Amino acid sequence: MLDQLSQKLQTIFRNLRGEGKLSPDHIEQALREIRLALLEADVNFKVVKQFIERIKVRALGQEVMESLSPSHQVIKIVRDELVETLGGTSPRLNFSAKLPSVFLIVGLQGSGKTTSTGKLARWLNRNGHRSYLVSIDVYRPAAREQLSIIAREVDVSVYAGEGVDDPLKLCREALREAGNSGYDVLLIDTAGRLHIDEQLMQELRKVKELANPSEILFVADAMTGQDAVKSAQEFHNQLGLTGVILTKLDGDARGGAALSIKTVTGQPIKFVGVGEKYDALELFHPDRLVSRILGMGDVLSLIEKAEEAIDHKKALEFEKKLRSDSFTLEDFRDQLRQMRKLGPLEQILSMLPQVGPFKELTKVKVDEKELLHIEAIINSMTPKERNHHQIINGSRRKRIARGSGTSVQQVNQLLKQYVQARKMMKQVGSGIFGKRFGRMKLPDLG
Amino acid sequence: MQTLFGPQEKGFFSKLKEAVASTRSHLVTKIEDVVKGKKEIDAELLDDLEAILIGADLGVETSNEVLEKIRNQVSRKQINDPTQLKFLVKDELKRILDSTDGRVLDKEVAGTRVIMVVGVNGVGKTTTIGKLANLYRQKEKKVVVCAADTFRAAAIEQLEIWGRRAGVDIIRQKTGADPSAVLFDAITASKSRAIDILIVDTAGRLHTKNNLMGELEKMKRIAGREIPGAPHEVLLVIDATTGQNGLVQAREFTRSVGVSGIILAKLDGTAKGGIVVAIARDLKIPIQYVGVGEKVDDLIQFSSEHYINSLFE
Repeated sequence: MLDQLSQKLQTIFRNLRGEGKLSPDHIEQALREIRLALLEADVNFKVVKQFIERIKVRALGQEVMESLSPSHQVIKIVRDELVETLGGTSPRLNFSAKLPSVFLIVGLQGSGKTTSTGKLARWLNRNGHRSYLVSIDVYRPAAREQLSIIAREVDVSVYAGEGVDDPLKLCREALREAGNSGYDVLLIDTAGRLHIDEQLMQELRKVKELANPSEILFVADAMTGQDAVKSAQEFHNQLGLTGVILTKLDGDARGGAALSIKTVTGQPIKFVGVGEKYDALELFHPDRLVSRILGMGDVLSLIEKAEEAIDHKKALEFEKKLRSDSFTLEDFRDQLRQMRKLGPLEQILSMLPQVGPFKELTKVKVDEKELLHIEAIINSMTPKERNHHQIINGSRRKRIARGSGTSVQQVNQLLKQYVQARKMMKQVGSGIFGKRFGRMKLPDLG
Repeated sequence: MQTLFGPQEKGFFSKLKEAVASTRSHLVTKIEDVVKGKKEIDAELLDDLEAILIGADLGVETSNEVLEKIRNQVSRKQINDPTQLKFLVKDELKRILDSTDGRVLDKEVAGTRVIMVVGVNGVGKTTTIGKLANLYRQKEKKVVVCAADTFRAAAIEQLEIWGRRAGVDIIRQKTGADPSAVLFDAITASKSRAIDILIVDTAGRLHTKNNLMGELEKMKRIAGREIPGAPHEVLLVIDATTGQNGLVQAREFTRSVGVSGIILAKLDGTAKGGIVVAIARDLKIPIQYVGVGEKVDDLIQFSSEHYINSLFE
């Protein structure tokens, strides 16, 4: 999307050279494209309208900076404004003075409340809390079993309340139990409901009155369309939300709903769900979501991940080796392992922006098994073979294939690729990690 | 609206009408509102119309196509009466919905008919399957459901409860079992019990996860190996609140397992439903069923005529 958007903006601004300011005419045309981009990303049309107005005010009459082309400058304004809109308020969680603090988890059906409740409990426990769970969803079949199973998996206690099927009673008893057992946070998973369902909304109000929660978190599916505004608004009017958990961001939805929800409720997005595993809950970073809404990929997350996972010393060593042409199969294996620490390759590729040279790359299907095979092959070599690949002759190949459970063909292929890679790297001659990642920032501006 | 304690039995048409009541009030009433007091169809009116269509999740492209048609007619002076706008939009939407490839559901097959139900997480697959099983059982069919969502916590229990409600048997294994193995069991059981309809529940998966899509492809292969021609239907469940990503979902699931029809779930919960039109326009996949409530009989066969009529009457 952004590559299209960039291109369109560039065409619009082509005639701008030599002019010192962004003219209303150019901006008007640019804004039309931005409006479409936002609408395609599922931002509510009313929210888009307000937003475009603000951009217009900000963009008009701005000096054209030397460092940026006009189109990039407009994108930067859009980016900054989006980050400001989505961020702003602190995403910190609120706890009450009186224990336990109660977090009420609400949202539409299928938005991911139960899974998010489990993930959040795990997150809280990792951060020094003792959380306790209860599901008051007495309507959806097996909803409470689901929370119990998840609780077991994330190793958090849950109030099962066997035989009780009154939500308020469940709440009361869980509160008492949490107090008695010294838990400091009680997470209440509620029934999914339609925002137009008055009966269930009333039940939620009663729960709120009873439990006096310090957080009422609205769980919203990142794939939601224009309706996001209405459901968020209704929940906010009825209950007074304090924050949002945006789920299913591991898909390819652009997540424009987040902007709509933030705009109508004014409440911060506190967490995002990024996978099916229970540790796949992250603090919200507005700048990253903005890149995504605009279609620029989550390069920042990738860099952060790389920084976390990659051993800097090793990276430096690696760079030196590349320069001195002593890159061995041993190093190759190290590099593979480092890469795997970043997580599944597919996830990494999906974080790259859908632009320029990355565009094709993000569509590549990666066979994780193949990586395993490669590692197995290298593991089956002697240290001498790893450091001097030239000595690997026919009989050695046979032995390596047998040892790694692969075929001689696969061993041949790996050796061939390794030799090619060596050649290629010699040509590039510079670092893979430090520098390449550094250069990857804002590739759209390149 | 309809809840667990909701009103009693209602006819098919009134149910649909009720389900789209909120869409109706937002799409049609809005069009009527912007038209009010206007003497002619001008650019401003068309802009308002565009906002309304996009606001119903039709998407930019579909909305533009509808508007383009209308603009053409206006510029050729075929129409200029703003009150006609409503009908023009209606005709356009109906034309798009009718342009799907018109695959016929329920073509007779000898032996067991296998229906796979797929979709992303949280769209309402399991609930839909309960309703679908009920629908077939009422048609005097012998139905079995297969709990091949072995991933999500309590998914099997949930399907069991729905199976009881619909009065059909369920074939299951433990959580974490290989879904293809469960499917194989279910097919074997269906053959020996001379079952008419086997409905397969699958784990929700985001279409971006290649390994999970591969798992689905494998299930499809197993079905085809055991019963030639199976799965006879692959139904993709889409949440009516879904925005433009619904299109991507439909496209990707079609690429992997060949979606033969769409079930639009939770239509009672949303003010929109426009993604239906966008999917029909782009992918020509027919919408087969619509979920309109939480009760076991709240699933109705989709008909573009009824849908549009309830929107516009």
